[in-house]
Amino acid sequence: MAVIVFIESQEGVIKKAGLEVASYGRSIADAQGLKLIGVGFNIKDPLVLELYGLDQLCNIDTQEDSFFDVERYSSSIAKIVEKENASIVVISASADARYLGPILSVKVDAAYVSNVVELPSQYGPLKVKRSCFTNKAFNETQSEKKCTLISLSSNSFGLKEKSGTMKVTSETYSDSQSSLKVSSLDKITDKVSIADADIVVSGGRGLKGPENWHLIEDLAEVLGAATACSKPVSDMGWRSHSEHVGQTGKPVASNLYIAIGVSGAIQHLAGINSSKIKVVINNDPEAPFFKAADYGIVGDAFEVIPKLIEKLKARNL
Amino acid sequence: MNILVCISNVPDTTSKINFKENNTAFDTQGVQFIINPNDEFGLTRAIWLQQKLGAKVTVVTVGDLSCEPILKKCLAIGADKAIRIDVKPQDGLQVASCLASICKKTEYDLVITGRESIDYNGGMVGGILAAQLKIPYLANCIQLELEGSNINLQREIDGGKENLTASLPIVIGAQKGLVEEKDLIIPNMRGIMQARQKPLEIVAPETTICYSLVQNFEKPEEKGPVKLVDAEDIDGLIDLLENEAKVL
Repeated sequence: MAVIVFIESQEGVIKKAGLEVASYGRSIADAQGLKLIGVGFNIKDPLVLELYGLDQLCNIDTQEDSFFDVERYSSSIAKIVEKENASIVVISASADARYLGPILSVKVDAAYVSNVVELPSQYGPLKVKRSCFTNKAFNETQSEKKCTLISLSSNSFGLKEKSGTMKVTSETYSDSQSSLKVSSLDKITDKVSIADADIVVSGGRGLKGPENWHLIEDLAEVLGAATACSKPVSDMGWRSHSEHVGQTGKPVASNLYIAIGVSGAIQHLAGINSSKIKVVINNDPEAPFFKAADYGIVGDAFEVIPKLIEKLKARNL
Repeated sequence: MNILVCISNVPDTTSKINFKENNTAFDTQGVQFIINPNDEFGLTRAIWLQQKLGAKVTVVTVGDLSCEPILKKCLAIGADKAIRIDVKPQDGLQVASCLASICKKTEYDLVITGRESIDYNGGMVGGILAAQLKIPYLANCIQLELEGSNINLQREIDGGKENLTASLPIVIGAQKGLVEEKDLIIPNMRGIMQARQKPLEIVAPETTICYSLVQNFEKPEEKGPVKLVDAEDIDGLIDLLENEAKVL
């Protein structure tokens, strides 16, 4: 018996989400007295995982195939889940992990529970808290299967170091095939993605037009943040859909979320509710966002933001 | 070409969420139900294929009688036929298994689900359905173009897009981007009248197996009031974020 975690990496470097699922998996393995095994693909720097309590890493070399192939990835992980007779499998909430999860759950005949926000409250049967109604509520879900596959909401558990010794083994890449093939990637490499960002700076209709977005971009740059926008902004074509956060857009679970000129419609607030600290800057003191925020400034974004950028720049020096 | 669009009946996006029966059930009182937004993007794309290629569009939902108004809306939007699998499902696996039994009876070239429903947010029905049917699945689908029996697709990934090709049949998880908000079809009187003549078939579920059970619900804790900072006091805001919230 073992706990298995899917360690995601990008160009061989382990992502923060990978360390978070390792931390979470370690806590479960300790509670259950089980071994913690990570499964990763093309990982170049495995040693860091020893700090997060992995007992073993199965590193799979995908050879010439550098794209995320959901069929081959899920079959490769499934083989290890079966071999180790795992009772709990943990994956992150990244786009790739959430894509892989349901497919993997069928291959290993596991109960799939997504949006998990805490450690299980009991084992046998496993019971765990997850968010639902786009963060407007939580529910406790009980697994009815021997094996449970958990998708952990990002930033909900955090990173917890626990050193030990880890062995690295290499496993073979499954040759399972489907007609679906990745042909190319359009990756925005010079920007932080919303999913990976610790800080997100978001703009709404209050910015009056796309020509004023340099305010959002400059603030994001000085903070090392990702940029986002409200639904009307993406619907009007001021910004790309990939930046739309909210109920029908992307969820945000950053440490800090700064909303500028966003009124705070219930659908928007639902999508950003998992962010730890929310700051609102809006000239309308009646904007609903003030009820959801931790800190607020009632003021004109066109005056406040340049000053904020200047002060942050001075602080960084 | 046969297209199946899987529809979920969900509370309107502006709904206040409340629970009843000692927090074990969702309180539907005063709640307006709608077609799950991700499913509606998928339905619109299917209707375009119907208009362009003469594809036949069937919509299906897994749910009790209360789901019929949204199925009728789908017919008014332009779907040719509706199916309701008459069971109140417990989890996403049960929904997917019910849908799989429909797909085994009739061959569909393209099966469209939404990326996730906005109530349970499981994000699992499409993937489980495809895996059960042993056909490919594409999540977070933002583009779909047919070339004969081949299909060009795009998936939204963290920080970019991925371009893919596949052959039919396939299951996709639709989301905004596949069509735009402005493309959504509002049923007109003619559509509503025609919908009355279209078939709405009710079938019994072939399976009631579920892999997980919701035990109870809770709402997030009420948060404290916002701390307001004067618009002139930018240093004060930075100080709070750095030393109190510790996020800088």
